Amino acid sequence: MSLDRDIREKLVRALAGSMIEHADELTGLDQAIGDGDHGLNMKRGFEAVLAALPGLADKPLPEMLKTIGMTLVMKVGGASGPLVGTFFMELGKALPEEASRADFVAATDKAITAVKARGRSDAGQKTLLDVLVPVQAVLAEGGDARAIVAEAMGAADRTIPMLAIRGRASFLGERSIGHMDPGSRSAALLIGAAIAALVSEANS
Amino acid sequence: MSSSNSGNVGIVIVSHSPKIAEGAADMVRQMVGNAVPLAWTGGDIDGGLGTNVAGILEAIAEAWSPAGVAILVDLGGAETNSEMAVEMLPEDRRARVVVCNAPVVEGAVIAATESSGGSSLAAVKRSAEEFYA
Repeated sequence: MSLDRDIREKLVRALAGSMIEHADELTGLDQAIGDGDHGLNMKRGFEAVLAALPGLADKPLPEMLKTIGMTLVMKVGGASGPLVGTFFMELGKALPEEASRADFVAATDKAITAVKARGRSDAGQKTLLDVLVPVQAVLAEGGDARAIVAEAMGAADRTIPMLAIRGRASFLGERSIGHMDPGSRSAALLIGAAIAALVSEANS
Repeated sequence: MSSSNSGNVGIVIVSHSPKIAEGAADMVRQMVGNAVPLAWTGGDIDGGLGTNVAGILEAIAEAWSPAGVAILVDLGGAETNSEMAVEMLPEDRRARVVVCNAPVVEGAVIAATESSGGSSLAAVKRSAEEFYA
């Protein structure tokens, strides 16, 4: 898979647009079990990413992803900056410029391992890893765009009955049960936006 | 933000609230004087409650000491952002900065007290972490 400049810009706009558009929803989720700043934080970070266009999309995909990651690390604030930023940075580091599906499977695996290390967490603790890990598995099994998006949305929904073990929500103990994890929701939205941008491009 | 020249271990205070970070730094200054390099940072880049990597990197530079720097943090994001900042340091400094697992206010005072006596970075970290363990 090689993404030309126009597709890279479209991808960046789709990712940023999803976070800006859903900022209030994410903040609402975070008010239930966190400190209520997730939507605002992600919006701030992705507005900074948008501001790096058009130059950002001039970079080859790996460099572009690394720059997005570093921007998120520096601008988001809160734990989600280093976590989501690390994902993008490590994905960029692991991907070759001309990436095959196998390259993408391997690179997402490495990026997820880095997120686990950064958060000292793993799937099952009501964090964004509860979306990233199962979605990566669908990707690795050869799932198509529809299957990947369905898994992302379904995985975020499956965090609702989970007990939070990491992050601010863990302070709530059992009261964290019954609410969707905001970080899982933003991860699912980003995956959905990325896939939609890439698929519409492939069909156009 | 304030600092002083000293060969003692530097102390960095990171809180979601700039007021808490500054207040904790005031307490450290009152209790141990200017014997330790000290800096604080708090708030997100827009001035709201939160922490940010750039501010933490600046604070580490300000409190830098050849003996190293001990960082005291409050809640989750402060810790994650501090760890990120440490990883972004030049390699020769990275190994000389630690994030302490201790309450931010009490930990800062205890760490600074330990540092003011000329203790090593490991001893400073241990004293902050053991006091409330």
